[in-house]
Amino acid sequence: MGYHWNWGIFWEQSPEGTGTYFDMLVQGLETTLVTAALAWLIAFVVGSVVGVLRTLPGRVAPAIATCWIELFRNMPLLVQLFLWYFVVPDLLPGPWGVWLKQLPNAPFITAVLGIGFFMSARVAVQVASGVEALPRGQRAAATALGLTGPQTYRYVLLPMAYRIILPPLTSELLNTIKNTSVALTIGLAELTARARAVQEFSFQVFEAFTAATLAYLVVNLIATLAARWLEDRVRVPGFGKP
Amino acid sequence: MSAVIQIENVDKWYNPAVQVLRNVSLTVSRGEVVVVCGPSGSGKSTLIKCVNALEPIQHGRIVVDGEDLGGKGVNLPRLRARVGMVFQHFELFPHMRVLDNLCLAQCKVLGRSRQEAESRALVLLDRVGLTAHAAKFPGQLSGGQQQRVAIARALAMDPVVMLFDEATSALDPEMVSEVLDVMVGLAQSGMTMMVVTHEMGFAGKVANRVVFMDQGEVVEDAPSKQFFEGAGSERARQFLSKILTY
Ligand SMILES: Nc1ncnc2c1ncn2[C@@H]1O[C@H](COP(=O)(O)OP(=O)(O)OP(=O)(O)O)[C@@H](O)[C@H]1O
Ligand SMILES: [Mg+2]
Repeated sequence: MGYHWNWGIFWEQSPEGTGTYFDMLVQGLETTLVTAALAWLIAFVVGSVVGVLRTLPGRVAPAIATCWIELFRNMPLLVQLFLWYFVVPDLLPGPWGVWLKQLPNAPFITAVLGIGFFMSARVAVQVASGVEALPRGQRAAATALGLTGPQTYRYVLLPMAYRIILPPLTSELLNTIKNTSVALTIGLAELTARARAVQEFSFQVFEAFTAATLAYLVVNLIATLAARWLEDRVRVPGFGKP
Repeated sequence: MSAVIQIENVDKWYNPAVQVLRNVSLTVSRGEVVVVCGPSGSGKSTLIKCVNALEPIQHGRIVVDGEDLGGKGVNLPRLRARVGMVFQHFELFPHMRVLDNLCLAQCKVLGRSRQEAESRALVLLDRVGLTAHAAKFPGQLSGGQQQRVAIARALAMDPVVMLFDEATSALDPEMVSEVLDVMVGLAQSGMTMMVVTHEMGFAGKVANRVVFMDQGEVVEDAPSKQFFEGAGSERARQFLSKILTY
């Protein structure tokens, strides 16, 4: 194979005129990180609310939660992004749709919301399973002390539930980071999209994607280590792993 | 009016097919210690949960400290705060230190300052002999110690009555007496108590009355001396002979 390796390519100016090829990848990485962070924020907050709803007594709240979870979990992410990006603006009343389409950073907003909601369903399942993993008497004990429902969740159930689900929650965070690459299909200039652009301009496909792969690896490694550190920090003495 | 708990003609179903409480009536007066016993599945836990409105009832009335649990506009969290409850499996909050277990509801429900709550907590930890463990987590204590913390946690709310649901039956045998000692001390201090237990020694020592339940019904409700000298009903006699012979 007559491939011509050229690791120096990253220091050459890109034809876009905004710096070197390396700068292109760095900008892509920044977009990936910001998109992932905001999407994770939405996933975590919405997922926690939906997860809690799923564990409330009665029928209505759990039913609402189940609808949300099944809706966002069972459609491929790519399809959801297309729906949000191409279909939803057309379904909105005239001026709203136009306003949405003309937003300068529409791909970014769509990606954050789309990935955030998609991941929120998965977070919700984890949160609900964490709460359900606790002994039933915990809720009864909190209630018997006079704590209200919200206080029971805030001070008693959720602190333990989050501790229990920290490992699976970490992998959902990693999924969120990786899923941002799907947003290249709606034109988001994230890391994978920028690696592709580098390849298209320079024809150095292996270098471009090796760099992108390394960047994903490092980011995910840092996220994993941070989660591990958090796990150690919040570990309850005398509970579970010593 | 000296009744702290008034249970009147209560019926309860968990689902339409199974009735777990049948026309149960029972009164616990101020300062009284009432022991509730009966075979497994007879509805003792259910009854005690109903007194704290942890389970709804379908018929009848439960009045606690003068307030009807089913009454309009009754503030259940406030009412529950006045009823201490101790569970078979302790149910301490594992992520909180012992002291925080005792302070949480004092601060969040009663609105006490952290300082007030802590000093009340320390008094009670001293009373159950666990001052030295205030900074530990529940998982670092033995079962008996955990249950004593749970009793202290309930007492910290200054309840008008204490409910115990088989507080010693999950404990290793050598730890039963340290918990019973605390309960006896509590009874002797004049606390109103409704105690589900099979510890007949405890009942003989401090109970004013013993209530025997079977299949959701109160079969017998007698002063404890009378109950032990000769339970009126055949079912109660059989039950007693079973748990006392081994
Ligand atoms: N949450 C529930 N849903 C449905 N049935 C229940 C529930 N809790 C208890 N039961 C049933 O109600 C009946 C009474 O149960 P309860 O726990 O009150 O008995 P108990 O006297 O406390 O028994 P034990 O000595 O075993 O603790 C039992 O037949 C039990 O199976
Ligand atoms: Mg029981």
